[in-house]
Amino acid sequence: MPQGIPPGVPCSCLHSCKYDDLSASLPAKPQLQTLIPPMRLLAIFFNLFEPLFKFAQRVLGHSRIGWMFVGPNLLVIAVFTFLPIVINVAYALTGGVNLMPAQRPYAGMENFSILLECRDYLDLQTCRKDVFWRALFNTVRFSAIQVVLMVLFSLVTALVLNRKIIGRGFWRGVFFYPVLLSPVVVALIWKWLLQTQGVFNAVLVSAGTGPVEWLTDAQWAFFWTIFVSIWAHMGFYTLILLAGLQAIPKDMYEAAELDAASPWRVLYRITLPLLVPNLIVVLVLALIRAVQIFDEVFVLTGGGPGSATTFIVQFIYQTGFAEQIHLYGLAAAASLLLAAGLVILTLLQLRLTRAEQSGQRAR
Amino acid sequence: MALPLLRTRGRQRMDWTDWLSYAYLAAGLLTMFAPIVWLVMSSLKTESAISQFPPSFLPFSQKTVQVEGFEQPLPLYLVTDDKGVQRAMGQVRRIGIMSTMVNPEQPQETLQVNIKDRKPVNTLQFAWTNYTDLFGKFQFGRFLWNSVFITVAATLLTLLVNSMAAFALSKYRFTGQKWVFLLIIGTLMIPPTIVLVPLFLVINSAGLLNSLWGVILPAIATPTGVFLLRQYMLTIPDELLEAARMDNASEWRIYWRIVLPLSAPALAVLAIFSVMWRWNDFLLPLIVLSRSESFTLQLALNSFQGELHTQWHYLLAMTVITLMPITLVFAFLQKYITTGIAGAGVK
Repeated sequence: MPQGIPPGVPCSCLHSCKYDDLSASLPAKPQLQTLIPPMRLLAIFFNLFEPLFKFAQRVLGHSRIGWMFVGPNLLVIAVFTFLPIVINVAYALTGGVNLMPAQRPYAGMENFSILLECRDYLDLQTCRKDVFWRALFNTVRFSAIQVVLMVLFSLVTALVLNRKIIGRGFWRGVFFYPVLLSPVVVALIWKWLLQTQGVFNAVLVSAGTGPVEWLTDAQWAFFWTIFVSIWAHMGFYTLILLAGLQAIPKDMYEAAELDAASPWRVLYRITLPLLVPNLIVVLVLALIRAVQIFDEVFVLTGGGPGSATTFIVQFIYQTGFAEQIHLYGLAAAASLLLAAGLVILTLLQLRLTRAEQSGQRAR
Repeated sequence: MALPLLRTRGRQRMDWTDWLSYAYLAAGLLTMFAPIVWLVMSSLKTESAISQFPPSFLPFSQKTVQVEGFEQPLPLYLVTDDKGVQRAMGQVRRIGIMSTMVNPEQPQETLQVNIKDRKPVNTLQFAWTNYTDLFGKFQFGRFLWNSVFITVAATLLTLLVNSMAAFALSKYRFTGQKWVFLLIIGTLMIPPTIVLVPLFLVINSAGLLNSLWGVILPAIATPTGVFLLRQYMLTIPDELLEAARMDNASEWRIYWRIVLPLSAPALAVLAIFSVMWRWNDFLLPLIVLSRSESFTLQLALNSFQGELHTQWHYLLAMTVITLMPITLVFAFLQKYITTGIAGAGVK
């Protein structure tokens, strides 16, 4: 399920987005003539299923045939999404190193207490699994800083892109392009720039200061994980905010101009209040994805130096798959805790959206 | 600082806020594209040029010269001797700060010079071999094929399965339909990161470990796709379907002969998205594909960068090849991607 959908997007958010715009600007239908040979192949392929569906139609009747169409999709979801959720609980409650749930001894809440127990909660060294706490702490710190900067930069960028500028399509593309790059490619681009013999250090050396170990110094490595993740994803949030800005009715601004309102006032009284729904979406999506940060950082720093950039998903991956002994139970327990966090964030979004909507109605 | 952002469009003359906006955009252009340009230029450097410090922007590399009596070509330097005469000479060896140089025309004549008195002769040399070598080495063709196969097969299956579900959800009324829709959309809330371990078990039990299908199948039922297609199919008039039923067309035929072709625009958008998701996918392949012959390009890149002696000249070339398809998709289909994202709020 790598489709990169920001998880935790509740349906309410999706419904509020405008689909009319989407269908209006979709690509035109491809010319049928140019597609004739592949079309024949397709026809042969689809005809293969004709007898099966004809039979089903006779048996099920006209309206229940819908189940036949939705069936494959449901089957895939059941096997690869809902079944794993159930099994995940089974893993979290059992111990040992066996992959098969039936052969794993019941351990109750043992996995959770291994993860969460500390002798002194003010000192992470005393925790039974201090790497987990370190990862948790890193994730919270990362999310807090990254999300604030992400929203800020995408807001500024969207405001600039919404001005009357020459070549807006081009500029929008500039900020959006990195969004499409794979996390591995993003990490390698920056790893190449930041290595000891890289271009950043070349500039520093020519300026007379010594080279800096960007990726093996804990503080710098943490900084770069934030920077690179903003670099890679900012365009996505900019796009959502830009769509919101362009939906603000023009006459609002014309009225403000007639009143000779100062630009500041226009921003605080018109633009930002009307952008709040989009800002909430951006804030929560960014938060949900920041909490799950993994791939870029995994390739860029490997979680190091030490555990300075180890985040919660990497902890799950390492505990369950990468280390010598695969502690599936521990990894499953950690992922349930992560899921709980995501549920809280999703509820937060629902709440914010609802509060915002009722506030609008009151106004 | 924020002033330029406040004003909306509609100005004729350039004022300082416009200049500031363009300055911001220029800085953005540099930040977003300079790293990629640097990557592409670096990927064209020879192995020796790539390890040079400080690095040059253009792929310069030192000329070499073949001298009689020496097996290997010697690096060429411009040597200034004590009389002030400059000559191009090959370096035989270097000990400390002294180099032994040889004149390519008179191989028996050698000269000891201080390394300060010699300068490397550089030429612009694009190392296309970084790219061509890949296909002979490290099973690169295999990785490329795996990535292409996963992307194409998964995209076709996604289109088929999602469009069938969307058809059922938009053109039929059956009991439980609303719940089915909510169930499918609800999977948006279950990212693979939180079912990693059990997903591994399911894929393993299905015998799909280290098989490309183990990466393809788990993700073909995308909620985004169902949603996008359903919304589009709702706009197709039901009268068309009724007319076909009058002509005794089966429901399956109505689906693939009428509804599917009419949904081509939405299918195109989903196809673009699916290609990007699959080509860039990392976490699922990372746990499913552990043998190097089933690696995708992303996994291969990750495993090469983790090696003790990273061969950066090959790694960078491979990175460029990996980002190429996405860049082409972006260059030609940017409009559809951006409207798709702005419309659905999903990536």
